[in-house]
Amino acid sequence: MSLWRILKVALSAMNRNKMRASLTMLGIIIGVAAVIAMVAIGQGANASIQAQIATMGTNVMMIFPGSSRTGGVMGGMGSASNITVDDIEAIAKQCSAVAGITPTFRSQVQVVSGNQNWNTSIQGVSHTYPIIREWSPEEGAFFTEQDVRSATKVCVLGKTVAENLFGEGMTVIGETIRVRNLPFRIIGVLPRKGSSAMGQDQDDVILAPYTTVQKKFSGNSNRVGMIMASATSPAAIQEAQDQISAVLRTRHKLGEREEDDFTIRLQSDISQMAAASSGIMTALLGSVAGVSLLVGGIGIMNIMLVSVTERIREIGIRMAIGARGRDILAQFLVEAVVVSLIGGLIGIGVGVGAAKVVSQTAGWPTMISQSSAVLGVLFSAFVGIFFGFYPAFKASRLDPIDALRYE
Amino acid sequence: MTPVIAVRNLVKVYHMGDVDVHALRGVSLEVNPGEFVAIMGASGSGKSTFMNIVGCLDRPTSGQYFLDGVDVSDMDRDERARIRNRKIGFIFQGFNLLSRTTALENVSLPMMYNRIPAKEMKKRALEALKAVGLESREDHRPNQLSGGQQQRVAIARALVNTPALILADEPTGNLDSRTSIEVMGIFQRLNREGRTIVLITHESDIARYTGRVVRFKDGHVVHDERIEQPHDAAAELLALPTEESPVLASAPAAS
Repeated sequence: MSLWRILKVALSAMNRNKMRASLTMLGIIIGVAAVIAMVAIGQGANASIQAQIATMGTNVMMIFPGSSRTGGVMGGMGSASNITVDDIEAIAKQCSAVAGITPTFRSQVQVVSGNQNWNTSIQGVSHTYPIIREWSPEEGAFFTEQDVRSATKVCVLGKTVAENLFGEGMTVIGETIRVRNLPFRIIGVLPRKGSSAMGQDQDDVILAPYTTVQKKFSGNSNRVGMIMASATSPAAIQEAQDQISAVLRTRHKLGEREEDDFTIRLQSDISQMAAASSGIMTALLGSVAGVSLLVGGIGIMNIMLVSVTERIREIGIRMAIGARGRDILAQFLVEAVVVSLIGGLIGIGVGVGAAKVVSQTAGWPTMISQSSAVLGVLFSAFVGIFFGFYPAFKASRLDPIDALRYE
Repeated sequence: MTPVIAVRNLVKVYHMGDVDVHALRGVSLEVNPGEFVAIMGASGSGKSTFMNIVGCLDRPTSGQYFLDGVDVSDMDRDERARIRNRKIGFIFQGFNLLSRTTALENVSLPMMYNRIPAKEMKKRALEALKAVGLESREDHRPNQLSGGQQQRVAIARALVNTPALILADEPTGNLDSRTSIEVMGIFQRLNREGRTIVLITHESDIARYTGRVVRFKDGHVVHDERIEQPHDAAAELLALPTEESPVLASAPAAS
């Protein structure tokens, strides 16, 4: 029989038992819908985590000093403080693949403006900070290299600080705030960046030239904690890393065999780590949903077995007038696949709908990918073939004489 | 002339647990083209086993079977399915039509397994329905048809692939006597048109309409006799004191 005729036979068989066909389909619909919705939620979560990580800046790398060693006791990473401001200036001068580099001196301070006050952190950074973090002031300007060199008392406010000290929508450029009783002139306000991947409010910050912060708040130490740098492009990250490494090794006079006394962390490492963990979550959600698809498949097998038993006489008639085993096999297999495919298609619709409802009511981000829809269709067809095969095979092996005699 | 059926020393043994049941104990028989043969015998005589083997539904334990000149004794399942489709038209006691399927679709069924194009399939199915006098019932389902009409649909189905042999297993077993004569009339007409028909029955009333009676007993052929003057079903039907049959009215006059 041609495939078209087999398909017609399958559809008319389904038409005869509408209730049964739709209940069988329901198993597949729920299974596929669950897979689609769960994967959409998982991928949505992944996408939003990645977006949060990207707020740090896309080409960013972080350089940490190595560990200190005091009489056999190893300190943690960054405890050595062996990278100096001079190292940073050397990197800025010598490394062509580095777009910007800044030390960060951070200090927790109480800030006062008029009768308002606020506790926040002041960060001493270089003038290339806006390039590194892809974060330029929305109002006013960032401080210049000149400001850094002469340690001017100017600052740029994060949105949270500006709002808490002055209220929303007020012009703050040119105002002066007092940071630990030192007056700082506000020259810019940064646009809102939101929370970081760790959940910290990135807008709760005051930025000032690192020279100023170093002198006034960090005890004039030349030792730097964390250093941020960025490559000129995503493709140049590796090169930038190599160049920085080379400069630091030379300046720290490290021999061929000696290990680095610093660590360079890439932004992409962090996002890969996050992707891996959210990938595990997606797989977990998907496999839980996959179990329900499996149950749906068993439902198909169950119904197909009943259907074969019910139609033994029909099978006998068909065989007597010339149907071969493979014709009968094809007939029942196509029937199972049609049920599961239609169920799969409806399931995709329901899954997409469910994902939309979840994202609207619970506020979770969801992302429906084309690949998960294609996967849903393929998977439901596979379920139909896999669970339809045994009943169909059983039907095809019937003996025509017994089948004709069956009551 | 090649015989339609030629069996030699046909033996069939069923193994029922420890017991061997000898259903056929060396049957030899020939049926020539154009013959109308009744196979008779009590239950257990081996006639059903013989019919299953002749119908290529089963294989003999030993012996040979040539159908239309082809040795089919050792064919596998698929080959036998093909032979059944092309060479044999089955008619059963219980009609064995597909329920919830129209007369036209039922008649088309053998052609679906014979890769006949849809257009020709419909044409041939309609012709076959016309030959049994059911041209106006093509859209009726089996449950909308009387027993006699259902059997006529089954006969039409047996005809569509123009088989070498029509094999009817107790075709009148579920019909009243009048309808039985009607159906036998159709067989007689088909036989006059040149079809070879083998009919299994246990009623001698029915066997009278055929041209040859073969009796089975205990797995042997015990009797093989030609009937010189078979009864004419069409004439008998006209003699019955009820309404005329539309089928036989359209049949050509008996010679």
